Amino acid sequence: MLEIRGARRIFTTPEGGKVTALDRVDLNVDENEFVTLLGPSGCGKTTLLRAISGFEMLDGGTVRLEGADLSKLAPFRRPINTVFQSYALFGHMSVARNVGYALEVRGVDRAARERKVSDALETVGLSDMGSRRPSQLSGGQRQRVALARAIIAEPRLLLLDEPLSALDRNLRQQMQLELKALQARLGIAFIFVTHDQEEALTMSDRVVVMREGRIEQIGTPREIYRHPRNRFVTEFIGETNIFALTVDRIEGDLARARTAEGTCLSLPAAGRSRGEAVTAVLRPESLHPGAEGIAGTVMRSVYLGSDLVIFVRPEAGGAEIRVTTRDGADAPMTGDAINLAYDPAVIHILEDR
Amino acid sequence: MALRRDSVVLGVLLAPVTIFLGVFFLVPLLIIAVFSFLTPGLYGGVEWSFYHWNYGRIFGWADGIEEIYEPVYLQILFRSLAFGVLTVALCLVLCYPVAFWVARLPERARLFFLFLVALPFFSSLIVRLYAWLLILKPSGVLNETLIALHIIREPIELLYTPAAVVLGMVYVMVPFMFLPLYAAIDNLDRSLVEASMDLGANRRQTFLKVILPQTIPGIIGGSVIVFIPSVGNFVVPDVLGGAKGLMVGNLVEQQFLSARNWPFGSALSMLIMSVVLAVLLLATARARKAGGQA
Repeated sequence: MLEIRGARRIFTTPEGGKVTALDRVDLNVDENEFVTLLGPSGCGKTTLLRAISGFEMLDGGTVRLEGADLSKLAPFRRPINTVFQSYALFGHMSVARNVGYALEVRGVDRAARERKVSDALETVGLSDMGSRRPSQLSGGQRQRVALARAIIAEPRLLLLDEPLSALDRNLRQQMQLELKALQARLGIAFIFVTHDQEEALTMSDRVVVMREGRIEQIGTPREIYRHPRNRFVTEFIGETNIFALTVDRIEGDLARARTAEGTCLSLPAAGRSRGEAVTAVLRPESLHPGAEGIAGTVMRSVYLGSDLVIFVRPEAGGAEIRVTTRDGADAPMTGDAINLAYDPAVIHILEDR
Repeated sequence: MALRRDSVVLGVLLAPVTIFLGVFFLVPLLIIAVFSFLTPGLYGGVEWSFYHWNYGRIFGWADGIEEIYEPVYLQILFRSLAFGVLTVALCLVLCYPVAFWVARLPERARLFFLFLVALPFFSSLIVRLYAWLLILKPSGVLNETLIALHIIREPIELLYTPAAVVLGMVYVMVPFMFLPLYAAIDNLDRSLVEASMDLGANRRQTFLKVILPQTIPGIIGGSVIVFIPSVGNFVVPDVLGGAKGLMVGNLVEQQFLSARNWPFGSALSMLIMSVVLAVLLLATARARKAGGQA
C-alpha cells in the first residue's frame, strides 16, 4: 500500500556540515499492517515518518500511497494522519473541538461532526471528556485525545511518533496493547516510531531497525530477535552475549569453537568449516545452570522479581556472560561455581563479524 | 518557622518598590483625584472648595452655565481614542508578519534584528520626531524627492495633518508592539501548526484557527502597551500635529502649563485614566479567556 523507494535526505548543519538522515531507504507497508521504525535517536526514523506525512521533503526517491506519488503533495492533502510525540493538542479548543478538527476544516456539518466526535471519544474511552480543555486532562488522557483526533478522518495510514514516551511504565504497557487492538479494529496501517525495543517487539507485525539513515533489518519481531543480521541489531534488540569464535573442529552435527581466551562453545556444524572465524549470539535466557557447559563463577546477580539475572565470569577469562534464570531457593549465589548449559541449536551466527 | 522567615525576607525585598510606588505614584494620583474636584485658583493653583464643573466642562457644559452645550473636549477625547485605536491597528498589521519572519531567522540574525528594534531608544524621542519634521515638511526630504522624480509637481501637505500624527505615533510605538508579538510568536509550538496541517487544514485555516488564537495573548499585550501611551501622548501631536492636531494629552499639558487650570487638567487626566483602565480590564478579561493553553 505504502511504497518508499530510494528515500534520501541530507541535512546541512549550521556549521556547514552534511548529515545523511536517510540513505537510500526502501520500505513497503501493507494494508492493515503494524510496522515499527526502531532505532537510536538520530537514526532517521523520525525523518522517514515526516517524509511520509509531508513535513520533510526528500532529496531523492519517492513515496507512493496506493500507487499515487505523494512527493509533491502538501501535508494537508495527504490521507495520512499523525499522532505527535508532544500530542500537539490545541490548548484554546475543547477536547471535542480538538477531536473534530479534521472534520471542521473539511466543512463537515455540525450534526455529523458531533456524532463522529462522540464515536471517536468512545473508541478511546473518553466519552464524557468532550467539554474539557486539554490542560485539564492527564498525560494518558491527552494521549487518547491525540489518538481520537488522528483517526476521526479515517486516514489510510496512521503515523505515530513516539506517542508513548511521555507515559509512565504501566500506562505505556497498557497503551501498547490498546494501540494494537485499535489497529486491528480500524483495519488501517500503522507506522509507529520508537527507540524502545520492547515496545517494538510487543506491538509490531514487522519491525524496521534503522541506524544512521539506513535500514539494518526488516522482519517480524521474532525474526529480529532470534535471527538478527548483524551485531548492531543484536545489541539493540534486547540484552545479549556475543562471542567471537574460531572453529576448531567438526564432530558430526556439532562444530567445536573457542574464543581467544579459550572458552569452548558447540555450534550447529551446518555451513561451518575448520579454522573459520564466526560471531555467535547466545541470548541470556538460552543459558541455564546445568551439569556441563561453560564453566565459570557467578560475579553478581540482579533481582528482577520473577527473573534473576546473573553475571558469570568464564573460567578461561573474557567478558562476563549474562544469564537470565528463574528466581528460587536453588538460585545461584554470588561466588558460586557454575556450569552454563545451552542447546547448540539456539546459537545464532551473525552474517557480519 | 521557615515560613515566617521567608515572609520577613519577602517583606524586606518588596519594601523598596512598595515605598517608591507609594510615594511617587499613589500619592500624586491621590492629589490629582482630589484636585479634580476643587475650584481653580484665579492665578493657578487651587482653592479648597468643592467644584464639580471641572467634569461638567469635559462633558460639554461651560463653567457654571448649563444652557451652553458644546462637547468640544469629548470630541478631542474621542479623536484621541480613535487615533489610539488606529495606531494599535497599524502597529499590529506592520509587526505581525515581521515578527513571524524574525522568529524563523537563524539565531544570530534574530538577535541582530532585536537589536535593531531597540536601536531607536538610543536617541532622544524629540530629536527623532524633529527628524520626521524635516522629512515631512513642504520643503522636506520626501517632497523634494517626489518632485525631483517628477511624481508630484507641488509639495503635498504632509506635516500638521492627522496622518502625520498617526505616522509619528506608529513610528514611536512599533517597538512596543513588536516585542510582545515576537515573544508570543516565538513561543508558538511548531508542532501545533504541523498538527493542524496534518489534520487537513490548509495554510489559511491553520492561521485563523490555530496560529492566531495561540498568539492572542501577545496581540492583546502589545495592543494594550501601545494603546495606553498613544491615547495620552502629547509630544507627537505637539511636534507633528500643529494646532489642528490637538489631542487630549495636549489638552492636559495646556491646562497645567499655560492655562494654569490645575483642577480641569486633573479632571481630564482622571477621565483618560478611567477610559484606559476600562480598556485594560476588558483586554485582560479577554486574554484570560484566550489563555487556556495546554
